[in-house]
Amino acid sequence: MTPDERAALLHGALVDRVPIPPFTDADPAMTPDDGYAVQLRLVERLLAEGDEIVGYKLGLTSKPMQEMFGVDEPDYGPVLGSMTADSGTELPMGRFIQPKAEAEIALLLGETLEGPGVTLLDAARAVTHAVAAIEVVDSRIEDWRIRLPDTIADLASCGTVVLGGHPVAIDDWEPRLVGMVVTKNGETMGTGAGAAALGDPLRAVAWLANTLAPHGVALEAGRFVMTGSLHAAFDVRADDVVRADFDRLGSVTVRFV
Amino acid sequence: MIDVAAAADRLWEAIRTRRSIAPLTDEHPGLTVDDAYEIQDAVVARYADSGAPVTALKLGLTSRAKQTQMGVDEPLYGWLTASMALDVGEELDTDALIQPRAEPEIAFLIGRDLDDPATTAADVLAATTAVAPAVDVLDSRFAGYRFTLPDVAADNSSAGRYLVGGRLSPPDVLDLRVLGCAFWKNGELVATATGAASLDHPAAAVAWAVRKLASRGQGLAAGRWVLSGALTAAVPLAAGDHVLVEFDRIGSVGLRAR
Repeated sequence: MTPDERAALLHGALVDRVPIPPFTDADPAMTPDDGYAVQLRLVERLLAEGDEIVGYKLGLTSKPMQEMFGVDEPDYGPVLGSMTADSGTELPMGRFIQPKAEAEIALLLGETLEGPGVTLLDAARAVTHAVAAIEVVDSRIEDWRIRLPDTIADLASCGTVVLGGHPVAIDDWEPRLVGMVVTKNGETMGTGAGAAALGDPLRAVAWLANTLAPHGVALEAGRFVMTGSLHAAFDVRADDVVRADFDRLGSVTVRFV
Repeated sequence: MIDVAAAADRLWEAIRTRRSIAPLTDEHPGLTVDDAYEIQDAVVARYADSGAPVTALKLGLTSRAKQTQMGVDEPLYGWLTASMALDVGEELDTDALIQPRAEPEIAFLIGRDLDDPATTAADVLAATTAVAPAVDVLDSRFAGYRFTLPDVAADNSSAGRYLVGGRLSPPDVLDLRVLGCAFWKNGELVATATGAASLDHPAAAVAWAVRKLASRGQGLAAGRWVLSGALTAAVPLAAGDHVLVEFDRIGSVGLRAR
């Protein structure tokens, strides 16, 4: 199957909310690069429909997740305008196939970052603000039965990014140590700190800038980066209220209907 | 009915000789938590008799995940003594222990006596002079940490050693529930968490202990430290290992093992 054909299948699954079998079932030799080729075609289709890239997300940023997938680096995908929502809004379950929630630190770029050779310090200087965020991850692949190339092709399993409305300037504190408690219907589901994302959320930004560089893509000022989950993702259903409380950043909340 | 003094003798012998024993419940499956605390009191009395008075209180089983795993719905307390205190910069002598494991915690310095059976988290915070980063070094006297709730209660909540960091912070401007913590072993990230990992709030864990002590006619004296419960899973410590407990806002503390 060509990347275009695979992108068409994923596009159909996104639109119809009907999952497809993993590509790696039929093609166990599929590589992560093959996955990115499919992702690129899929994004082209979505952009042609009038969507736009507003940010990026990283996946597999924690050691346990990397071990589960047998990799030693994260993966990424663009976040499209149609895949964002404001904190405090209701998200219809019909938007998703098999959603799970993850609380993350979103970092905002005040300056454009272009790799290669972007250092942690470069990233720290380009990132001006942090925002409390929840990513609703979803998979267009049946039963989340994904291998690395499958999830890469499938927009890194992004569903909807829920962003808080209160960007906080990063001045005399480190995103690395910022604490977060996530609750579902008032029950604590997980706790974590920024370091859960690649050891430092700013490192996630540097990694992304350097990884995009060979494709001639820069991380443009004004975009945001979802830097990776700070806890183990959990399933959500209709009527669930998910809330993440961050030290320094305040809260972000979403209700599923 | 278990012979409290005999059980305490067995545990004290294990502590003294650094040789693990079988869980008490293997022989006494009906051992209750109440009996277990009687045994704990007797073990702590043996520490005092040996010249090591109580210096601090510690909480155990404060993680909901751990409680579920053990099939219990309440935490535990145990007493830390002068002989268990490590100082900043001091190395942990692993030969002095059976099977040490380290956990990151928030330590509370209690400024006034707490013994009210209705004590809440807010009461604890109002009575707290300072908080500090801490390492709790567990050392179960039961081989392989195989035990039931009454076993570990009798074994003084696996108290082994403890270290309180060298920076004190007033608690009034901190939100300990969301205070971030990163726990490192040998330079690798073990896990991250916040204070909420201990009973949803570390001060709530301390309040639970005060209420439990009050129900047994005891209390927490001014000047005591309290280690308020593990924020992540414990990691084994062998000679040459080092751990670092790093917090946002309140600093960090490291411990090396030899």
